[in-house]
Amino acid sequence: MTSTPTSAPQRRPEILSRIRIGSFRELGLLLFIAALIIIVQMSNSAFLTPKNVSNLLTNTAIIAVLSVGMFVVILTGGIDLSIGANIAFTGMVVALHVAAAPTLHPLIAMLEGLAIGIILGAIVGALVAKVHVLPIIASLGMCYVFRGAVFLISGGKWVSAHQMPEGFKAIATGSTLWINNLVLIAVVVMLIAQYVLSSTRVGRRFYAVGSNADAARISGISGDRAVWLAYVVMGGLAGLAGVLWVAKFASAQPDTAIGYEVNIIAACVIGGVSINGGSGKVVGVLLGTMLIGIINNALPLISSVSEFSKSFIQGMIILGAVLLNTAVKRRGDWRALAARHI
Amino acid sequence: MPMNAIDPRGVGSPLVKGARSLLSRYSWEIMLLIILALTNALNFSISPYYKWGKLLDATNLFLDKGFLAMSMTLVILTGYIDISVASTVALSSVVMAVSYNAGAGVPMPLAMVICLLTGAACGAFNGLILVKFSELAPMIVTLATQIVYRGIALIILEDKAAGKFPSWYPNLGWGYAGVFPVMMAAFFILFIVFAFLLHKTNYGRTVYAVGKNKLACRFSGINVDRIIFTNFTLNGLMAAVTALFLTSRMGSTRPNVANAYEMDVIAMVVLGGVSTAGGKGRMGGVLISIFIVGLLRYGLGLININTQVLMMVVGGLLVLAVAIPEMRFGSLIRTRKPTVPASVKA
Repeated sequence: MTSTPTSAPQRRPEILSRIRIGSFRELGLLLFIAALIIIVQMSNSAFLTPKNVSNLLTNTAIIAVLSVGMFVVILTGGIDLSIGANIAFTGMVVALHVAAAPTLHPLIAMLEGLAIGIILGAIVGALVAKVHVLPIIASLGMCYVFRGAVFLISGGKWVSAHQMPEGFKAIATGSTLWINNLVLIAVVVMLIAQYVLSSTRVGRRFYAVGSNADAARISGISGDRAVWLAYVVMGGLAGLAGVLWVAKFASAQPDTAIGYEVNIIAACVIGGVSINGGSGKVVGVLLGTMLIGIINNALPLISSVSEFSKSFIQGMIILGAVLLNTAVKRRGDWRALAARHI
Repeated sequence: MPMNAIDPRGVGSPLVKGARSLLSRYSWEIMLLIILALTNALNFSISPYYKWGKLLDATNLFLDKGFLAMSMTLVILTGYIDISVASTVALSSVVMAVSYNAGAGVPMPLAMVICLLTGAACGAFNGLILVKFSELAPMIVTLATQIVYRGIALIILEDKAAGKFPSWYPNLGWGYAGVFPVMMAAFFILFIVFAFLLHKTNYGRTVYAVGKNKLACRFSGINVDRIIFTNFTLNGLMAAVTALFLTSRMGSTRPNVANAYEMDVIAMVVLGGVSTAGGKGRMGGVLISIFIVGLLRYGLGLININTQVLMMVVGGLLVLAVAIPEMRFGSLIRTRKPTVPASVKA
């Protein structure tokens, strides 16, 4: 008790700095997003209209669903480049099914997409977790296998809007409780992810395996199973997103979502998910998703940006955000080290 | 365990022993040669147009990727990866075409030099970021620069095509130097250079060392950053060489050329036995696998198999190449792991 008066003033700044480090990265991202919104709004006042905002949210919803899956995979130290092809495959299968059986209930279509996605994810996951192929190679290879499979089952043809029943398209256009279905699904997925990752045994295992696979194994966690499960989750969410995608754009094509994984990985990395695994937050992923969604939505709105410079700007913003994130993290780590009083 | 247990590898005359050790050392390359033979057999059986006499011409269709595979081998050997190469090919090709055609225009040889410089600059930029931000994953950085480089190509040329090259330029991609195609001759010269660089020089040994253990290298005074930077710059330079030959073959260029080349190139390297974890693999294996992937695509292309399905085959091959050594029967081919006798286990 006698030592408390002297130790109290020392402890306070330490706690303060810890709070600042803990929330700083998300705050920086939030400020970045706010600045971006202001800049875009100033150059085109059509940005913050109710119509465009709802457009932005529905577009971002699909990215959000996928980002959660990718977050789980990256958390275990992996990567999944096959999700674009997964979206195309599930989207095509479900679209063909719906076109052949127009009376199919939309909910069953979504469950079908989920199931197919899970199977595809399980294949990639088995290659990574059981056969120990490096994630990038396994998913890159399977990406092309899935993509070829889409081509085979569709014969290279599209399933277009007039072949799809209204009930199916309503998955994306309709709303439940005054909220657009897509946005609702994204919010539900985010909430479940937040709960599972922070408060359940399975969720903590993903963190454990990602931050130190050996330590996790020694403490009795089956790393292989957790890794496999991560890809299954990713596959399932990609399958779900495939159905949402097809319902939203009312067309299924063999080249649907080609190269889309870059957006998703970028959303995660910008959101502060460490690509080496073991760290990251759902909140960060949400913000990263919002940033990517805003970039995608806002670039066509700015008249001075030509259609052809869009991808350059997109790439530069991703690169810039990744580098900025690293710089901020370095500073945070440095501060944490400095505050330690060794 | 009885002490007089006989290692089967130790039996026989020195000649047999030597052959055995050679077999086990180059087992991957030997398997690749068998696959190459099987690929040829498959191609002969499925298409009447697949003939020995046409194979020299056929090399023009895939050896441009071979240039990239060689430098990618160095990058992957250090445990890195470069996904931006296809975009680098597109950008250097576009810059060359535009600088040749723009305004007064520069002479073609100078445009070609500009092409090489552009590629090297792209690679150097990747390398610089990866060296300065060493905690970033190479895949993330090169994924981003992939978008950026192709984005620049799009800004320069929009949706147009650029061509109108001098009449001698197509010879690079289609011409013959003596009996061999120009591209093939250039490929083999550069292959010898790269094989020498990797297997006979100090630099090559360092590449292996960095791939095995970066930290140990740093502590033993090896300039790891310089190796990585050089590798990426070389990779960009070779992407530009690919651009030279590809553009010559096509006669004109667009911002979307060389789409998904990185896939084929990485497949060639990994199938060639180079470990993506770094530090393991040889140039010879990559050489054979360049021909396997190339000839397979050529043969399947002859019977009008769709590009998407071709990609499917290459993708499957890529996964199999990495999966086979990891599977149980793979360990029989490669190395005998020391097995613990049942008595010790119990």
